[in-house]
Amino acid sequence: MATIVFTQQLRRFTEIPEVVTDAADLRAALEAAFAVNPRLRGYVLDEQGHLRQHVAVFVDGRRIADRVALTDALRADSSVHVLQALSGG
Amino acid sequence: MSHQALIATRKGLFELVRGSAGWTVERSSFLGDPVTLTLFDRRDGTLYAALNLGHFGVKLHRRERDAQDWTEIAVPAYPPQPEGQDGDKGDVEWKLRLIWALAAGGAGEPGVLWAGTAPGGLFRSGDRGDSWELVRSLWEVPERREWFGGGYDYPGIHSICVDPHDSRRLLVGISCGGAWITRDGGASWTVSAAGMRAAYMPPEQADVQHIQDPHAIVQCPAAPDVFWCQHHNGIWRTSDGAARWQQLGQDGNGLMPGLVSDFGFAVAAHPRDPGTAWFVPAAADQKRIPVDAALAVTRTRDGGKSFETLRRGLPQEHCYDLVYRHGLAVADDGQTLMMGSTTGGLWVSENGGDDWQAISTTLPPIYAVRFR
Repeated sequence: MATIVFTQQLRRFTEIPEVVTDAADLRAALEAAFAVNPRLRGYVLDEQGHLRQHVAVFVDGRRIADRVALTDALRADSSVHVLQALSGG
Repeated sequence: MSHQALIATRKGLFELVRGSAGWTVERSSFLGDPVTLTLFDRRDGTLYAALNLGHFGVKLHRRERDAQDWTEIAVPAYPPQPEGQDGDKGDVEWKLRLIWALAAGGAGEPGVLWAGTAPGGLFRSGDRGDSWELVRSLWEVPERREWFGGGYDYPGIHSICVDPHDSRRLLVGISCGGAWITRDGGASWTVSAAGMRAAYMPPEQADVQHIQDPHAIVQCPAAPDVFWCQHHNGIWRTSDGAARWQQLGQDGNGLMPGLVSDFGFAVAAHPRDPGTAWFVPAAADQKRIPVDAALAVTRTRDGGKSFETLRRGLPQEHCYDLVYRHGLAVADDGQTLMMGSTTGGLWVSENGGDDWQAISTTLPPIYAVRFR
């Protein structure tokens, strides 16, 4: 089962579920997390369903390729990290 | 005299109270996060705060009257963007970038809120922000495709004026899309920027109404046919409900006496006197600092026939503070004014702008000042 880990920075704003899922791709995995906390969707995706510009997602240590349709495939034991990009001041 | 003010900043929301010793910060919220705008709904005492989290998007929070805690509510969300239609090539992305205007509906329509956003959508809520709907009638005007960004890479609605006598009449100001009016609660819209002039366009397009860049538009509540506009290229006023705008501050020789500049972002309209308004001049569009690095406020009390520049109590040396479009406010008394700057300076006047006092010069960059 794949696991999804969200940046602890998100905990300031909303609940962060611990998700273990048999999803085959990234979008399905994220949907599993949003099913637990629907408010989380708006923090990770914009209203068109695309990954927010300053959110970074890694699957098994590699930055994802498809930030729009979120079709990156997951293995049965994949590890997904949802992180914030570095910016600000 | 007004006794409370809301200061939205790059790093939090600060609520000020006027006590016997002057204005002080009473509480802060969202410390560390950008708060771009607030709305105090005097119909029911509710406060709203718009946030623009750098990583996680635009958020909206609500605090009930007398409550201590904020609750996150829905944000205006754009509908799914059509794909693959020729007519949609070159359109902006239908994604909420910024809540740039918040206004309460009329006294007879409790719960109605309006939100102006970048990239140019106007939204309406009928339930105090629990849900929002894009005002399609404005979004679908053909001219929208010719709106463009001013200050941002995409157009935005920064001004919403709800007629206090007839809440079906609204005017919205758009950078850069001119001014638009509805008289039927948003069912239909008419561009209403005749008389404005855009020097940043090719000469033959300077008078086109729907590409004007009004930096801010405000309405005189007691005389709702009077609007004031700080435009990218000067100061305009209308007294006929925006059928025709007159440029102010220029005579045959250029800038009128009493004005140091007619460029700026902010404008505040007196609540009762349709002849009085305040502006905060900046050097020029290419040089966004106070003229001669000395902060000033411009006031007219005769509908723009003459202007005076007010400086007492404001820094007059090495001051590089700029006041953005939501950074100046006037209270219901018409005497108390407050302005906040891009470098975190906050000043108050309690005599119509004649004298100013610094409340702080060390706040975060200030986006919006509102009285409550």
